[in-house]
Amino acid sequence: MLSFNSVSFTYQSGGNILDNLSFNVRPGEFISIVGVSGSGKSTIFRLVTGLDEPSAGIISLASDQNNQRLGKVGYMPQQDLLLPWRTILENACLPLEIAGMDKREARNQVMPLLHEFGLAGTKDDYPAKLSGGMKQRVAFLRAVLSGNPLLLLDEPFSALDAITKLSMQEWLVTQWERRKSTVLFITHDIEEALFLSDRIFLLQNKPVTSVDVIEIPLGRPRTRSDLHRPEMLLLKEKLMSRLQSEVTV
Amino acid sequence: MKNMTSPLIVIMFLSCWELGARLYDKAFILPSPIQIFIRFWELKKVLLLQHLPATLLTIIIGLLISIVAGTAIAVWMSSSLGIRKALYPILIASQMIPIIALAPIFVLWFGYTIWSKVAVTVLITFFPITVNTFDGLSSDKKEMQELFLTMGATKKDYFFKYSVPTALPQFFSGLKIAVTLSVIGAAIGEWLGAQAGLGYFSRRMMTQFDGAAVFAPIFVLTVLGVGLFFCVTFIENRLLKWRTKN
Repeated sequence: MLSFNSVSFTYQSGGNILDNLSFNVRPGEFISIVGVSGSGKSTIFRLVTGLDEPSAGIISLASDQNNQRLGKVGYMPQQDLLLPWRTILENACLPLEIAGMDKREARNQVMPLLHEFGLAGTKDDYPAKLSGGMKQRVAFLRAVLSGNPLLLLDEPFSALDAITKLSMQEWLVTQWERRKSTVLFITHDIEEALFLSDRIFLLQNKPVTSVDVIEIPLGRPRTRSDLHRPEMLLLKEKLMSRLQSEVTV
Repeated sequence: MKNMTSPLIVIMFLSCWELGARLYDKAFILPSPIQIFIRFWELKKVLLLQHLPATLLTIIIGLLISIVAGTAIAVWMSSSLGIRKALYPILIASQMIPIIALAPIFVLWFGYTIWSKVAVTVLITFFPITVNTFDGLSSDKKEMQELFLTMGATKKDYFFKYSVPTALPQFFSGLKIAVTLSVIGAAIGEWLGAQAGLGYFSRRMMTQFDGAAVFAPIFVLTVLGVGLFFCVTFIENRLLKWRTKN
């Protein structure tokens, strides 16, 4: 689905962020990228979406090598970034309109999805009326419409309260299973990464030279209590200490 | 009760005026509100059918030119830093020109036609529109631009689907200022030389020592200004429904 082949990235100011990094994401996977702040998570995201180009190496997307990633990857930012003057329905239609679809056709395509995404009854509301969790659902729907099947989620639940966060995580897993999309999920919440992912990519070193791939030994569907199994607790412990050693105070 | 305060203040002000004017008793210098209204009623045909249309036409043409030119300049300035740096000081400087002093030159250039008045109106109304629209256009967020890029948006998509709606509230703030100024601009233009118009009529009555007839067209101009302001507010509320709904 997505692969990095010896990708390096250097800022124009000279800061080296990625050095000869390679990894592979398989179709339908749920991958979490975990790292401490400043570890290069956002650089990887900017590279995947096409906002930045690598200084060296090749990023290939679904075996399509013509290097045009903008408009092909669904991106869900940290803040919802919904347009306040558009209703929920119109916000969700935005990526389709940008892709050149007729407005009416876009509406017809989005309408049934609103229901599926738990947004029934909100279609004519403006974003300011919705709760944080609901706004993130719209943002996720918008991401799905702009770039299925590869979705990039950049700490989407970090601004939500703890309870909403938990229910949104479960909601996200349901949506991902139903839509069979591939998800790249950026987070620094280890519990969240363990609950959601098939694999976790732990960013190592500065600049990042490799990712430590951690397979999650859980099947699906999962429940919260699965996280309390002894092997999961051990894994969490291990990840915690790994991250702590990366933090330079 | 709350929204009764401003009518009450107006009534109190008019009463004081009425009283003062009666005591002073020189109607050619200070006519009372009732005298003004009576004179307005006597002159209503001339004022509303002959002079109001002339002034209104000046205002509408002037405002249209200002809206088109003002937003065009704002868009142009927001398109590049170089153009912004080149134009902004000139724009500010254009507002430092004493327009009333300049107006006779417009008469020299355009004669007593409508265009000398339109020129004065444009010169004082395009500035608030340009500056406000420009501020609105420059207040966009980098994250939003990147989100649009990841959706494969072109510059045109971004401009029409993000920049324009973002700038619209600011544009309307500018337009509201411009509308009030446009009445002043048209009146000044007409003082200096015209064959019709409320400003012209007011000035002509001055030479005839008809105080009440000086004020009557000013009364019409005020109502006109308020009316135009409400028109803009009405359109604004229709277009920016999302703001009132929230």
